[in-house]
Amino acid sequence: MTEAANFEKETAGSVTEAPAMLELVDLQVFYGAIQALKGINVTVRQGEVVALLGANGAGKTTTLRTISGLLQPRHGEVRLGGERIDGVPSHKVVELGIGQSPEGRRVFPVMTVLENLEMGAYRFKGVPKDDLERVLDLFPRLAERRTQLAGTLSGGEQQMLAIGRALMGRPNLLLLDEPSMGLAPLIVQQIFEIIKEINDQGTTVLLVEQNASQALQLADRGYVLETGAIVMEDDASALLSDPRVRAAYLGEGAA
Amino acid sequence: MSDTTAAKSFSVDVAKLRRKAWYQQPRWTRLLGMVVLGFILALMTGEDGNPAERLSAFTGAFESARLWICLAILVGVWALVEFGAPVRNVARQGRQSVGKSLEPTRAMFRSNGWLRLGGLVLVLVLAIVIPANTSLFWQEVLVTQMGIFMIIAVGLNVVVGWAGLLDLGFIAFYAIGAYSCAFWTGHMPVKPPFTVGALESIPFAIVTCLIAGVLLGAPTLRLRGDYLAIVTLGFHEIVYLVAKNSDGFTNGSRGVIGIPHPSIHIGPINYDWTLDPLPYWYLLLFFLVVLIFLYNRLEHSRIGRTWTAIREDEVAASATGINTVRYKLLAFAIGASTSGLAGVVYSSKVGFINPENFTIVLSVLALAYVVFGGMGSIAGVLFGAALLVWLPNALRDIVPEQDRFIYLGALLVIMMIFRPQGVIPSRRRQRELHMAEAGLGDADAMTEPTGGVKS
Ligand SMILES: Nc1ncnc2c1ncn2[C@@H]1O[C@H](COP(=O)(O)OP(=O)(O)O)[C@@H](O)[C@H]1O
Ligand SMILES: [Mg+2]
Repeated sequence: MTEAANFEKETAGSVTEAPAMLELVDLQVFYGAIQALKGINVTVRQGEVVALLGANGAGKTTTLRTISGLLQPRHGEVRLGGERIDGVPSHKVVELGIGQSPEGRRVFPVMTVLENLEMGAYRFKGVPKDDLERVLDLFPRLAERRTQLAGTLSGGEQQMLAIGRALMGRPNLLLLDEPSMGLAPLIVQQIFEIIKEINDQGTTVLLVEQNASQALQLADRGYVLETGAIVMEDDASALLSDPRVRAAYLGEGAA
Repeated sequence: MSDTTAAKSFSVDVAKLRRKAWYQQPRWTRLLGMVVLGFILALMTGEDGNPAERLSAFTGAFESARLWICLAILVGVWALVEFGAPVRNVARQGRQSVGKSLEPTRAMFRSNGWLRLGGLVLVLVLAIVIPANTSLFWQEVLVTQMGIFMIIAVGLNVVVGWAGLLDLGFIAFYAIGAYSCAFWTGHMPVKPPFTVGALESIPFAIVTCLIAGVLLGAPTLRLRGDYLAIVTLGFHEIVYLVAKNSDGFTNGSRGVIGIPHPSIHIGPINYDWTLDPLPYWYLLLFFLVVLIFLYNRLEHSRIGRTWTAIREDEVAASATGINTVRYKLLAFAIGASTSGLAGVVYSSKVGFINPENFTIVLSVLALAYVVFGGMGSIAGVLFGAALLVWLPNALRDIVPEQDRFIYLGALLVIMMIFRPQGVIPSRRRQRELHMAEAGLGDADAMTEPTGGVKS
């Protein structure tokens, strides 16, 4: 297999050797002449929470948009369960079991909470009762506000709704783009606890974050992206204690 | 003590910033506005201009008592608004008590489906009976303008109101429908493989418009808001110019003549439409009832909800698994074929079409009808089309011919200031507008963030 896969075996020793679910192989993505991703390799195994960290403009959102089919890689592959999925149109990616909460949440502002969740179940041509109950159990705040218009929710509630809506599509893999963006620490805490619960219930999570400390506490493994290239990858605990990460992303003085 | 001095760290006099000169107070600004409006009104209603003596219209309008009457009326209105609080209170109380006494009836209508149906039947009966008792002039207006544009408005509502796509060239499809009818009845320079009657040409026209809608939509529906509007505008111009210039195909600006009136011969039903407008009204009414029924179902179907999602956030819609391009195309195609149907009825009614029947102004007016009536609401757009077609025609005998559309314009401006959601807005559209105004979300084709092509 590719170098990436071999590399994976060495570094991911502490995590159970579950089969790879999502693989990004030497992924290069361009916006016109600007190269946003310079050949990244990322593997997400079944059942993991993988954190993709990086500063503003590092290419995190670009990575997720490529996975979800909104962007096409110029070189490299996106594989799901071993099969290439780059080139699958974005609305079909949902049917492959990939759900996402996009950057900036993007709830349907003039639909109620319930209607938003129903849209999340779009691919089922009906709204499965169990899924709705599960999501409302996960997010009691949403249950209380089920008839409120989504545009009038607070930022934290909108983030919960965006995640809940993604869950309604019954994804095996959940892509989260900066769920902590612009939220108070307490709310971030709550949301990360829920992400943990979602993962415990069996959903694999690829978590894009700038909030490295929170993300790494939750994640099994992490990658650090800098200007379109992966500069570090390791177990989350190892990254969390790595002096370079602490200096660059956890706001500590240089080691 | 020390707090207050510390808090005031700026050197400017805030009180001065907050104070406004008397003439800046809203009340006096409004008076100024009314006076200006009075002058304009006097000018508008005054004598016609005369090229030989350029200022004649001004002197004519301002020297007579007309100016003083106009000013008196408008300043009177102003005074009533500013100082007439007691009068308004009485009016408001009256309105409220009427509203309250109507409330049980309304609730009854809402809860009782049969009652609603009864209401609709009543409207239908009125729509059948009243036109039969009006003058020939109004019957003609009812058919060739009102009914036709009601159908067009219902179709445009699918595109603009539901899918949120700003279409400024909708009349292009109306033209295509009309020319399709001319073609399939065998009256264009180019002959069809076989000819059919006017009514039988409807399916052909609808299919042609569907294809035209998809041809226009497929390459352009990735564009957003204002960009799409420009493309549709261009499309209209292309259709118009082709109709006007391709002599061998459409007979150019001379137009097509001799398009037959519709007729039905199915089993025992035998009927031929003639020049008499009233039967065409019933034909249009039949189509309208069918369309209203179908589109009402459509609005509350899965497709309708999909359009709402696309309108509110296209990226999020795509992330939930919606094929956004396909559904936008569907809206385009449905709208186009509806407009084509109107084109067939029109051309077979008047029997004669030329490119000047399909100018860009009509596309703009059609959009105005939809926005005025209330985007997204079938009842609203029907009302909008009816009222705005009625107005210039009703003014025909009252004001000079060439001034009629000024009043239409004034009405549109006033409406957009005071009731931008339209006369009978759809609930969801109204909320969208409120939220956009409050800066919460932005869900309108008209105000799409300038993004150009969807990435
Ligand atoms: N639509 C676009 N067109 C051109 N460049 C873009 C576009 N979107 C993002 N970029 C550029 O690509 C790089 C990565 O952006 P992004 O993936 O959004 O970063 P992140 O999500 O990590 O903040 C940045 O340099 C950004 O300026
Ligand atoms: Mg980002």
